[in-house]
Amino acid sequence: MSVLQVAPKPDSREITSWGARFDGPTTVACVIVVVFTLAAVFAPVIAPYDPTQVDPSAVYQGPSVAHLLGTDNTGRDILSRLLHGARSSLLGPAIVVLIAAVVGTVIAVSAAWIGGRFDAFVSRALDVIFAFPGLILAIVAVAVIGPGLLAPAAALSISYIPYIARVLRTAAIRQRNLPYIAALEVQGFGAVAICVRHLVPNLLPLLIVQATVSYGYALLDLSAISFLGLGTQPPTPEWGLMVANGQSSIIAGHVEQSLYAGLTILVAVVAFNVLGQGLAKAFMGDDR
Amino acid sequence: MSALLSIDRLRVELPAAKKGMRTVIHDVSLDVQAGEAVGLVGESGSGKSMTTRAVMRLLPEGARLSGEIRFDGISIPGMDRRALRRWRATRVGMIFQDPRAHINPVRTIGDFLFEGVMLDGRLSTSQARERISHLMRAVGIADVDRRLNQYPHELSGGLLQRVMIAAALTTEPELLLADEPTTALDVTTQEEVIAIIDELRRERGLAMLFITHDLDLAAAVCGRIAVMYAGSIVEEQKADALGLATSHPYTKGLLAARPELGRRERRLQTIEGRPISAFEVGDGCAFATRCPRVRDRCRQERPAPTQVPGGRVACHFIDFIDAAAGSPAVGSGGGTR
Ligand SMILES: Nc1ncnc2c1ncn2[C@@H]1O[C@H](COP(=O)(O)OP(=O)(O)O)[C@@H](O)[C@H]1O
Ligand SMILES: [Mg+2]
Repeated sequence: MSVLQVAPKPDSREITSWGARFDGPTTVACVIVVVFTLAAVFAPVIAPYDPTQVDPSAVYQGPSVAHLLGTDNTGRDILSRLLHGARSSLLGPAIVVLIAAVVGTVIAVSAAWIGGRFDAFVSRALDVIFAFPGLILAIVAVAVIGPGLLAPAAALSISYIPYIARVLRTAAIRQRNLPYIAALEVQGFGAVAICVRHLVPNLLPLLIVQATVSYGYALLDLSAISFLGLGTQPPTPEWGLMVANGQSSIIAGHVEQSLYAGLTILVAVVAFNVLGQGLAKAFMGDDR
Repeated sequence: MSALLSIDRLRVELPAAKKGMRTVIHDVSLDVQAGEAVGLVGESGSGKSMTTRAVMRLLPEGARLSGEIRFDGISIPGMDRRALRRWRATRVGMIFQDPRAHINPVRTIGDFLFEGVMLDGRLSTSQARERISHLMRAVGIADVDRRLNQYPHELSGGLLQRVMIAAALTTEPELLLADEPTTALDVTTQEEVIAIIDELRRERGLAMLFITHDLDLAAAVCGRIAVMYAGSIVEEQKADALGLATSHPYTKGLLAARPELGRRERRLQTIEGRPISAFEVGDGCAFATRCPRVRDRCRQERPAPTQVPGGRVACHFIDFIDAAAGSPAVGSGGGTR
């Protein structure tokens, strides 16, 4: 797993003209992300069936007008389960990225500003967290707190902090050494005011890019955790869980549930990744 | 009367690339009285910016400072964080060489100035707006409303420097530090900006430390001039007394090296040798490696500033240069030691 490294141009004048000129793949990725988000929000309205409604008379139905993606081993409508599944599947990574972004930004900016031994200590600490596998941390959290969406998401957010903080720290140090920051200090602004009103806003494009790419990976990690049965618990629909539930059916020759859920995860992860790269290009130009 | 800004035997050392410390400012003493304009002149690398950075407490990480800097009797290096912020916000303003690098490129001119004005802490929003448009007109910007909505990259260098001057004056400081404020501008703009600085300064009775590499420019706007070479002030003089017989050999060299209008020369006179850095100066005089009148004593002993009419000069042979007026005599003080 690698998060791309982007650096804003030293002359970040372009930031003012974010005229997001997306290329083809980025536009597609953006549409997918929007559609998935809308699906999650409006799932109760657009889903044709109750996602937990068991129907013993309609198990393993192939795609039809009644069930566009067929039904699973208990007769539940797969499309409805995917739509509803979008809710916890997309909420989890959002929690991870939100926490990691806020904490990561605070850490990165204070390390860059204070510098010296504090910065050295922070960098070491980030290295240590970085070296520790997120999945293991999540499993430990589940063992201590119990399964569900929150425990793994909280644990994972810790292991995602370095992905945000490391890149942001480098950019923040560069910003901190720019003359305009010194000029603000000379004007009499305090460190907090300068960071909140100038430094962080100028890091925002980079933060958005890192958060978007991290979101995709967090989605993958959380799906894996659900797949292992440690995340969202049944009968709540969730994509990783659906892949796991469909396993037994594969032996019986019915691959639909696992396949569709797996493909959905794949499409979502790739979409977030492509969107992140596209944003990087749009914000920072091609010369990374 | 004590000076508004008083720099006393300031010494600044910076961590060298490999190991140890390098002296960049060596025993600099300089006073700026309230309402007075003082020029600090020297070649690039002589330590002019580092001196202002020391005054503003903007030294790079790991820098070591000794000596004393006082503003209105208060020690600047001794200020705590809050006092420093307050002092910077209300009593001193600074303008820089490259205005474009010293402004956040993604915020409008209006936001930039508004934020600065609000540092005063006593103004209402409408009072702040009023003060901003007043200042904008004072620095010669006509279409204020349009400019306030623009971003720095939409303004020319000269216009942006005017905005920076306005920003430096928002909280009505007593001292203005101007570090080569026109070096990055083209010649016609330079003159306009200098005229604005000079006029506003006189109007408001502001004290100013004006940094430049241009002796004539300094003489035009300042009453007193300090000439800096390799981290030391070699001479301090009234502007109109510069270049007289008692001047330091370096000042004389600088004056001779100027191109003069109406006088065609086959080749401009230059000071021989290369400018050195403060850390390369040994025990002797900083100018010893290039001085046309150098003696053994100059290489061994750093000259202390000597009072001369109108100022002070750091040269062992100042009286003697005076007397000889060009052709160095033999005998006095020189020789072996
Ligand atoms: N950040 C820095 N770190 C180390 N040395 C520096 C730094 N900035 C300037 N110097 C050195 O300090 C000396 C004085 O520089 P400066 O004050 O910028 O000169 P001036 O403004 O007169 O051109 C120079 O020799 C320069 O190489
Ligand atoms: Mg300079």
